[in-house]
Amino acid sequence: MTGVVIFLCAAAVAPLLFIFGNLVAKGASSIDWSFFVKNPVPAGQNGGGVAHAIVGTGIVVGLACAIGLPIGVGAGIFLAEYGSGKLGWTVRFLADVLNGTPSIVVGIFAWTWLVKPAGHFSALAGGAALAVLMIPMLARTTEEMVRLVPNSLREAALALGYPRWRTSLRVIVRTALGGIVTGALVAIARAAGETAPLLFTALGNLNFSTNIFQPMQTLSLQIFVYATGPFEEWHRLAWASALVLMGMVLILSIAARWVTRQRHGAR
Amino acid sequence: MAPDNSLVRLETKRLTALFGRTAAVHEASVFFPTNTVTAIIGPSGCGKSTFLRCLNRMHELSEGGWVTGSVLLDGEDIYDSAVNPVVIRRQIGMVFQRPTPFPTMTIYENVAAGLRVNGRLPRADVDMAVERALRQAALWDEVKDRLQGSAVDLSGGQQQRLCIARAVAPRPEVLLLDEPTASLDPAGTLRIEELCIELKQRYTIVIVTHNMQQAARVSDYTAFFYMGKLVEVNRTTSLFTRPKQPQTEAYITGRFG
Repeated sequence: MTGVVIFLCAAAVAPLLFIFGNLVAKGASSIDWSFFVKNPVPAGQNGGGVAHAIVGTGIVVGLACAIGLPIGVGAGIFLAEYGSGKLGWTVRFLADVLNGTPSIVVGIFAWTWLVKPAGHFSALAGGAALAVLMIPMLARTTEEMVRLVPNSLREAALALGYPRWRTSLRVIVRTALGGIVTGALVAIARAAGETAPLLFTALGNLNFSTNIFQPMQTLSLQIFVYATGPFEEWHRLAWASALVLMGMVLILSIAARWVTRQRHGAR
Repeated sequence: MAPDNSLVRLETKRLTALFGRTAAVHEASVFFPTNTVTAIIGPSGCGKSTFLRCLNRMHELSEGGWVTGSVLLDGEDIYDSAVNPVVIRRQIGMVFQRPTPFPTMTIYENVAAGLRVNGRLPRADVDMAVERALRQAALWDEVKDRLQGSAVDLSGGQQQRLCIARAVAPRPEVLLLDEPTASLDPAGTLRIEELCIELKQRYTIVIVTHNMQQAARVSDYTAFFYMGKLVEVNRTTSLFTRPKQPQTEAYITGRFG
């Protein structure tokens, strides 16, 4: 029995190790300083980097956070503190449906509502599409975390003469903050790796750009373009980009773990 | 019961507390004279905690909670539609069964928590109020060197005294204690009981307890509740030595409850 469990555990972990090992094997050799700071060179030539995609990922994910964090966390607090009625039930149901919506569908909608009316692809539309994916995750994890705060603390604050909203912010959210930050980091990690919704929105860009109203490259789009391209040099860079993206997600996951540990360790 | 000569700080008039359509307390009328301790006793589920929570408008925060009748604080009905319940809760402090320090705040911040709800105060004023409250709660000597430490590192008894300090820091008129020693060991219980007797110099205290010895030790008046009804209220010595109602006698002699 123990043997079976060990085998199943190994089977669960094996794909991750295999992927990471493969990425390191194929991508690590291409990663040097210029990979991070240089922009791509014309197709067919050797060298160049993905600075534009790294910066682009930062900007697009940053936009997604700027739009998604206030809405998602705010909705989560609302659901936990005031969400017992019909409105709460509706919001919760919609969030769950949205959470299960394939990301490519979100991309098509972002294209229909943001890209088409504006007449061109843009990083902002990409950020908005990612925000739509982040909001339900953020709302539900925030709700869970706020609900974990014992009701006795809520009552204690109210008995001190705190108004309801102030109780929510000063006592409840502050107590749940570690969990909310963890949830946010997980949502950001997930958004950073999304490709499908960005194909219709941020589109990609072979040049360095920080204009959020214009198309922008991200690491995920870079991998898509380079991996499906005809050049050996591009494949090499795709592997390296994948390794960098994986590294970023890993760092966010570790940060999320660390925040959780801090919260429980503080006691 | 006539409140012999002393002023009445708080008074309930035919107070009925309901959850939806079910009444948990029926038409209870009680006086709470200034600078006295009144104990509310009775078996579990008799409505004593619910009654207490009506006195600072906490009951209405429970699911389906509402009241009829009135509660007069210095002669003014706290259930008047012009009254803001948040303001009432600042005048009538409350301490709960389990210690509830705010885990993200330091000891200092916990005590100061209720002071800042009225807006910013000068730092020196807050410092003074925190020290005064901690001294009143008999906790100052134990925590004065670690005011910036975490409140959850204190022992259970210290946490409960911290909650008392937090409740008295904004100088309320009335202090409500809902079984404050239920989760404490005998030593912690004794400290809180001594504190009750000290604090009544400044405040009017109402304490809910399931422990009759405790009621006899700390209170001047005792109200006995049974099945949501106020059975009897009298001076503690009279109630325990010469109960007027057979139910009271049965309860205090340990025949039920």
